[in-house]
Amino acid sequence: MSKRETDEVTGVETTGHEWDGIKELDNPLPRWWLWVFWACVAYAIVYWILMPAWPGINGYTKGVMGHSDRAQVARELETLREVRGEGAARLTNATLQEIEADPDLQQYALAVGQSVFGDNCATCHGVGGAGAKGYPNLLDDIWLWDGTLDGIHQTLQVGIRSGAEGARFSQMPAFGRDQLLTSAQINDLTELVMVLSRREADQEAVGRARPIYAEQCASCHGAAGLGDHTQGAPNLTDAEWLYGASREEIRTQIWSGRNGVMPAWAGRFDDETLKALAVYVHANAGGR
Amino acid sequence: MKNIWKKHGVLERRSILLTVAILVVVSVGGLVEIAPLFYLESTIEKVKGVRPYTPLELAGRDIYIREGCYNCHSQMIRPLRDEVERYGHYSLAAESMYDHPFQWGSKRTGPDLARVGGKYSDDWHRDHLIDPRSVVPESVMPPYAFLSGRELELKDVQAKLAAMTKVGVPYTQDMIDNAKADLMTQADPFAPARDFKGRYGEAVLQRDFDGDPARLTEMDALIAYMQMLGTLVDFSTYEAEAPENLR
Repeated sequence: MSKRETDEVTGVETTGHEWDGIKELDNPLPRWWLWVFWACVAYAIVYWILMPAWPGINGYTKGVMGHSDRAQVARELETLREVRGEGAARLTNATLQEIEADPDLQQYALAVGQSVFGDNCATCHGVGGAGAKGYPNLLDDIWLWDGTLDGIHQTLQVGIRSGAEGARFSQMPAFGRDQLLTSAQINDLTELVMVLSRREADQEAVGRARPIYAEQCASCHGAAGLGDHTQGAPNLTDAEWLYGASREEIRTQIWSGRNGVMPAWAGRFDDETLKALAVYVHANAGGR
Repeated sequence: MKNIWKKHGVLERRSILLTVAILVVVSVGGLVEIAPLFYLESTIEKVKGVRPYTPLELAGRDIYIREGCYNCHSQMIRPLRDEVERYGHYSLAAESMYDHPFQWGSKRTGPDLARVGGKYSDDWHRDHLIDPRSVVPESVMPPYAFLSGRELELKDVQAKLAAMTKVGVPYTQDMIDNAKADLMTQADPFAPARDFKGRYGEAVLQRDFDGDPARLTEMDALIAYMQMLGTLVDFSTYEAEAPENLR
């Protein structure tokens, strides 16, 4: 059975194997294939020597290059810090006001801020910062909380109702859901809010609502409805509405008192990034 | 020596013997590659802060798996510069030690979620799950609005924890016995939580996650799970550059 012979048709030797009269030609493997095969074997052996490869009883072969993914990423981040070093150091050393006053440094801060904003803030506040229902518009100079440069920087660090230490906090009660006011009283208050923002409303209801407003709402929103930045209470006399401007939406907000949450970013960004972001947001809002 | 190479006919003619021989050869690969992972010091990290999931988080994780979130979202920040810059500290093996099955994923149609906890508000998660394009206009994620309409299934909560102990998650009998109560407690900001926090730690989140205090929904569970992802290890004290951590 194991008899090698030469095939008559092709002139190639057979392997000597035979199954029911079928014989196998012993064609050599293509040379290029063999070369690739042996090159791969050689590559593997070199790789074992250079890189971490074989596990053992007490550890693994470390390879003569001493490679470690974690050490490498640490080095790369270090390089990145060095590349950013000059700009970052200037941001770290300057106060927020100095950054705004120095056109070069401000440009740098704006570029950093824009990139970080796009990846982290735009998810809620929109790509350009125009906000959406429930997420404040950052492109105007109407603010819920302190809209000064330092105020924005503070908000970025601790967040709003974020649970972080020192977070900005206030709570609009759910006057309807928690049965603090009756449905009729909330209807009346809605009319009053319409009047505050200079829209048409049922004057009789407004009259009934005034004492309720003075008792329940004025401590945060102010007697004239101008709001209070220290409590994050919105101004009720302007055209900017976080949860919608319509009569129905205003009533819903009085009824269920939604309180938005902004996460704290102090742990996620380093100091210079937070500064750059504050300058970016402040500039977008008109810089006042 | 030369004769051994001529003996392959012995194996080739006996199918059972060939099968056994194949198993022996294949198991060598397995032994060399897999077995060391169970005893090598360098593959077992010691990290402070990692704890088993609370019952509510575990329920949320089950919904995450049920809805196939892992098909589009990874939970694995690789030690590469750009990933660390975007998502935060690279994932540690210990951070998924209580994941059975792990949720590392292999595809990122959506962003990595390994450190999404605390990055957005509960409201955002709810809005986003109900209608992803209401907050991210370019999103291709399908909506999961039905989650806020579905009551969370409570009857198998204890059994879920008990099942996890079978695969090595160190839930205590106390945790299993109180699983249902703990689940209700976590979703209710006004419930007394001393015992619950005693079991799972002070840092555990307790609030009404889905913005609907009247009901306990699948949305509550999923958001509770999202909000704790990647938050267990305190990286301000983790020494990434320490030699034992640079492996």
